[in-house]
Amino acid sequence: MAPVTTGIAGTGSAFMATLKRDLLIASKRKNDMLNPFMFFLIVASLFPIAVTREPQQLTDISAGVLWIAALLASLLAMDSLYRSDFEDGSLALLLLCPQPLYFMVLAKNLSHWLVSGLPVVLVSPLIAYMLKLPAESYLPLFLSLLVGTPVLSLLGSIGVALTVGLGSRGLILAVITLPMTVPVLIFGTLAVQEPRFGADLAGYLAILGAQLLAAIALAPLASAAALRISVN
Amino acid sequence: MNDIAANPATSESAVPMLSGSDLYCERDDRVLFQGLTFTLAEGQVLQVVGNNGSGKTTLLSILCGLNDSFEGKINWFGKPVNENRELFLASLLYLGHRIGVNRVLTPLENLRWNCALTQPVHKSKILKVLHSVGLSGFEYSQCCILSAGQQQRVSLARLLLTRAQLWVLDEPFTTLDTDGVELLEQLISQHAKQGGAVLVTSHHRLKISNLQMLTLGKQRA
Repeated sequence: MAPVTTGIAGTGSAFMATLKRDLLIASKRKNDMLNPFMFFLIVASLFPIAVTREPQQLTDISAGVLWIAALLASLLAMDSLYRSDFEDGSLALLLLCPQPLYFMVLAKNLSHWLVSGLPVVLVSPLIAYMLKLPAESYLPLFLSLLVGTPVLSLLGSIGVALTVGLGSRGLILAVITLPMTVPVLIFGTLAVQEPRFGADLAGYLAILGAQLLAAIALAPLASAAALRISVN
Repeated sequence: MNDIAANPATSESAVPMLSGSDLYCERDDRVLFQGLTFTLAEGQVLQVVGNNGSGKTTLLSILCGLNDSFEGKINWFGKPVNENRELFLASLLYLGHRIGVNRVLTPLENLRWNCALTQPVHKSKILKVLHSVGLSGFEYSQCCILSAGQQQRVSLARLLLTRAQLWVLDEPFTTLDTDGVELLEQLISQHAKQGGAVLVTSHHRLKISNLQMLTLGKQRA
């Protein structure tokens, strides 16, 4: 039997196939798609009820509320990233395919962000309106979430990869992941608040962008290593 | 604990496809196997047998590279498997007892993804293969409505779609009906005839000619 040297799928097509597969799975599990989005909506609307109805105070806290709600929504959706693949054995197939695991993980993270992160970004100006965020902050909010939420997905993926093999995951995922997301939270909220007081939005977006690039370069490597440990 | 002198070298070619020498693995302070040595040549079928808990699945996942908590050497055509990992993976088909079939996808969608990771295959070929593993009529049904045996057949379809030389099958017979068992035995024999190699764990007595055995642990009398 001749050794298999030709006809091995290219990494690009394997990346697209994995991305498509995950989007297809998400489209068939509608509640997985809707849950993070509804969660974001509900958490953000709890603050005016519980904290204050004063427009001025709401304005003050709205940037933080929106970012924390987005962070928690991203975390909530995280667990489904590798779990079903781990349980049905698809993860072993992914680890044993002749493709670089880095790109396969990146494809899964991208699909995850498209399903759970992007809807939150798109709806955020509406929630911002409810929280009395000043109109001039809508664009900074939208842009900072657009650049920042993929970082949350990439970082969360590391935590999920580490815990996917554990019987009872529960809160450990949050304990591992949330501390890593603090830098994103800091610059994300500053990007929304500070331009109102004359700071330059571009600077904050640049830092968030740098975080995104670093996360794209490094986080999938960490996820891949963690997945190998979890399957071990 | 157990010294296994595995099958004597029967290969015609000088360098076996896959060989393990002096493998040692312990789990939870229990030695699963030590001094385990075996060779698997082209055209050979090696059945790993042993009691429950004797480490059959662990051995298979070690050989594939899913598990690295072991000592010893694994060679692929005479070279350490780690030095030639990409080629090894391209030549390997692993079917674990978690069979890798997503429940919300259809058999067709599952297999398309499987193939896209290794060697892309046209849809018409996949449909033909699904027909020959007895799943005609279920190509477009979600796998969650299929029975366990039918899901197992979806994973068997991968055997017909791959060009991998080495098949590593972990308990592939468990949920299959008699027809399915026959089909799989046929596939394994055919693969061996074409010069492929198969490593399989099973408690069945396989009806396959030229079958080698590798016993893990002490068999109950």
